[in-house]
Amino acid sequence: MDHIDFNRLKTGEVNLGTSIMAVQFDGGVVIGADSRTTTGSYIANRVTDKLTHVHDRIYCCRSGSAADTQAVADIVHYSLQMYSQTASEPPSVHHAASVFQKLCYENKDQLSAGIIVAGWDKEVGPSVYNIPLGGGLFRQPWAIGGSGSTYVYGYCDATYQEGWGRDETVNFVKNSRVAALALAMSRDGSSGGVIRMCVITEDKVERLFVPGDELPKFWEGHEVLGAPALKKHSGVDTGIVPMAVEV
Amino acid sequence: MTSLGADTRATEGPIVADKNCEKIHHITESIRCCGAGTAADTEFTTALISSNMELHALSTGSKPRVVTAMTMLKQMLFRYQGQVGAALVLGGVDATGPHLFTIHPHGSTDKLPYVTMGSGSLAAMAVFESGWRANMEREDALNLVKAAISAGIFNDLGSGSNIDACIITASHTEMLRNVEMPNMRVQKERKYAFRRGTTAWKTENVRDLVVNEQITFVGGDAMDTT
Repeated sequence: MDHIDFNRLKTGEVNLGTSIMAVQFDGGVVIGADSRTTTGSYIANRVTDKLTHVHDRIYCCRSGSAADTQAVADIVHYSLQMYSQTASEPPSVHHAASVFQKLCYENKDQLSAGIIVAGWDKEVGPSVYNIPLGGGLFRQPWAIGGSGSTYVYGYCDATYQEGWGRDETVNFVKNSRVAALALAMSRDGSSGGVIRMCVITEDKVERLFVPGDELPKFWEGHEVLGAPALKKHSGVDTGIVPMAVEV
Repeated sequence: MTSLGADTRATEGPIVADKNCEKIHHITESIRCCGAGTAADTEFTTALISSNMELHALSTGSKPRVVTAMTMLKQMLFRYQGQVGAALVLGGVDATGPHLFTIHPHGSTDKLPYVTMGSGSLAAMAVFESGWRANMEREDALNLVKAAISAGIFNDLGSGSNIDACIITASHTEMLRNVEMPNMRVQKERKYAFRRGTTAWKTENVRDLVVNEQITFVGGDAMDTT
């Protein structure tokens, strides 16, 4: 098929082409995703929410088959609800990631799902777990996934720094988050639309939204032969609009 | 308020099998489902979930919710891994308000303010993308739906015939069967039957196919309860 072949999707299946990422910082995690769902070359949903709640302070970013990831996330959501009731305490992010991993690994032949689990818990604080196609579990300080992620590995490697604190960096993290996603979205045909982000901390989950026309612009490309070059200024003023706050 | 629309053409490959079929299926009083894809699959899937929704409502004692139907549908379709070719647009009003979902054959769902499915979905979506606004009145919404279905009927070979619509509000569901019929057959210009005697014949032989008739009453008048 075309460049989404590596996801081994069946014909007609809805694909979360996607750029997703999650970054851990001192007091929490920031997760972000684009909003495009495709069936072949048609965009089935241009405002998808790929950041799925599985527990109060645990979210997952979904990439791959929409049906597979929705089904898996629903099962994990149910499982964590039951866990909370029986254990009388919220599950750890590690536990949530393990539940995801169990499903993704044991059904690896039937599934096409790349998931990033991120959240905050009392024992460890913030954590990010990457679960790529094969069902392996990798805890990382930051993780990117989806077809668009390939375009920003270099950018992320170069930009990420350890030990970012909360205030000074929530902004910076947002910017780098948004910038990385915007870069991925501009290069990957299967990613696009708007940017959705969540900042998960001990106190609350803050949902953020960047509409498509307010994405940071980078080098947009121009015809070299003939016409005079119009230099684009790499603006990182993202104008992020805070949305309703979840506690 | 949720409004749903559909065309009325059912095809078997290049042939139109049914020129006026009903694609808006009943799930509950206030929830309807439009079905695209394999006709048998949409018919039976919606009927199954409709039945289960009624049982569920009796079991819970509450008015049925659109998300319940959505979850039942998506879990069943996912179980069949896309082999059940039902692409559905599920809409309705429940205790939590109006909702609209789209469900793909593999079991993925999207919750959106406006959706289209089927072979004519691109044509219909083009109309929605240019015409949709938030909080539209009943009349505007119905006109938009009709325009979108028309776009499918006239620009997609897999869609045709008439427009069905359904308006669902908190208090009342209105099914508008054949609300518009933009493809009525023109009146034939003359009678095309052949006159008796057009085909010449040499002999005529009329036979009664009933040779012998005997009427025997079986079992008596009353129902046999022995």
